Amino acid sequence: MVMDDDALLRAIARDLDGCFEALVRGHEDRIYSIALRLTGDAADAEEIAQDTFLRAYRALGSYDARRIRELHLRAWLATIAVNLCRNRAARRRPRTVSLSGPAGDPTEVEHLLPPAPASESPAGAAARREGAEQWAALVADLPERYRAAVVLRHVDGLSYEEMSEVLGRPEGTVKAQVHRGLALLRAAFEAAEREESIA
Amino acid sequence: MTSTAGRASGASGARRASGARPAIRPDRADPELARVESALRELRVAAPVGLLPDTLVAAGLADEYATIDTAIGPVWVAWNGRGVSALTQAVDGASFEADFRRSHDRPIRPASDGLPPRLADAIHRRLGGDRRVRIAVDLRGHGEFQQAVWMKALEIPRGEVRPYGWVAAEIGRPAAVRAVGTALAHNPVPLVIPCHRVVRTDGRIGQYSLGGAENKRTLLAWEGADPDGLERLASAGIRYIGSDTTRIVCHPTCHNARRVTDRHRVSFHSLGEAGQRGYRPCKVCRPVSLAA
Repeated sequence: MVMDDDALLRAIARDLDGCFEALVRGHEDRIYSIALRLTGDAADAEEIAQDTFLRAYRALGSYDARRIRELHLRAWLATIAVNLCRNRAARRRPRTVSLSGPAGDPTEVEHLLPPAPASESPAGAAARREGAEQWAALVADLPERYRAAVVLRHVDGLSYEEMSEVLGRPEGTVKAQVHRGLALLRAAFEAAEREESIA
Repeated sequence: MTSTAGRASGASGARRASGARPAIRPDRADPELARVESALRELRVAAPVGLLPDTLVAAGLADEYATIDTAIGPVWVAWNGRGVSALTQAVDGASFEADFRRSHDRPIRPASDGLPPRLADAIHRRLGGDRRVRIAVDLRGHGEFQQAVWMKALEIPRGEVRPYGWVAAEIGRPAAVRAVGTALAHNPVPLVIPCHRVVRTDGRIGQYSLGGAENKRTLLAWEGADPDGLERLASAGIRYIGSDTTRIVCHPTCHNARRVTDRHRVSFHSLGEAGQRGYRPCKVCRPVSLAA
């Protein structure tokens, strides 16, 4: 059963325990993707996504029905996830991610990638994987404010209005940060391609 | 004139400056930017399959279970993010799951890696008598009275027993002796909450929810409480033990009573009898007058 968020919130206001699973099902891919692209680490992302839903569950349990119905669920969940990612980053030393692509366990890298379409040829899948890997590394290398803006806008697909709520910044600022982030990504991608053609 | 020209040139300079920035303007007609945006959309992935079930367990909307070995053989333990939710004997996983679903109305699955190491360690330490170890228990759906009874049972030290009436008096409901017995019989997490340390008011061992009276005797013997000795005292009508040097009266299994040497040990049938002979109740085990 697929419900839109407003219907889901009305149901949750009546029966949180009975509807919480539907909330997780409806938002787990996007919350996990946000956490994965902000942290660059699959294990961290899974933990943050679980923590996001757990905090949401506890908060919903303490809200009255009206406050639940008036939530902007997409933006609200993203806000919790983004804040958890930031807290985690603040506790850790800055990550250094190589622009030349992620190193380490190949199975882990595999996990970071979008599932391949069923009909894809092995060569096509490999090329796509390489592409996604490279873009993921480029996103991970962005300064945090641009990374958050680009991920929320283009990985998650939030509106500028929703992003303004999530990031606590005016819409104009958020918009500028998305544009700046895209420009940085594009420049980094072109620089990497030049490097490759020279090498 | 000059100033007008200056403004004009300034304005056109500003336009040029803004004209030099299209690289960072969103432009749907720009194929390079469209390529970046479509590459970013590809970075949305499916959540790991374990995220949903793990989240439900963490929220206490589903449980996991495993078996642990105890003095009375293997028992089945269920838990979720709120704490241990059930502990019973069962012939197999399927019947444990069926029992759990009947009483809890939520999903349960076998834990892939057994008991979480911290929980396993805590339970074994608790069974070994370490009362400082904290074990979270999930007692949702049970009444305040029942929870008060169970919390009181937690205070009884390993190897000691207290009568139902003592629990009733301690929780401020001295007349509710039968209800205490019922609450203990419905203890969802025996062993973790040691209801086997609560005995009949006449001192006999009495019934036990986890597999019957014989298991209660086994557990008490394992904890060093000497069930045969307790039954003998009960048959002789002895409910309390005092010391003629301290003139303090205790429950027979109170560690203060056990320290009394045979020469100074005095037996009482009732607290009234002890009082008449000038004995005061122990401040550790707090014996109370009980109706027989």
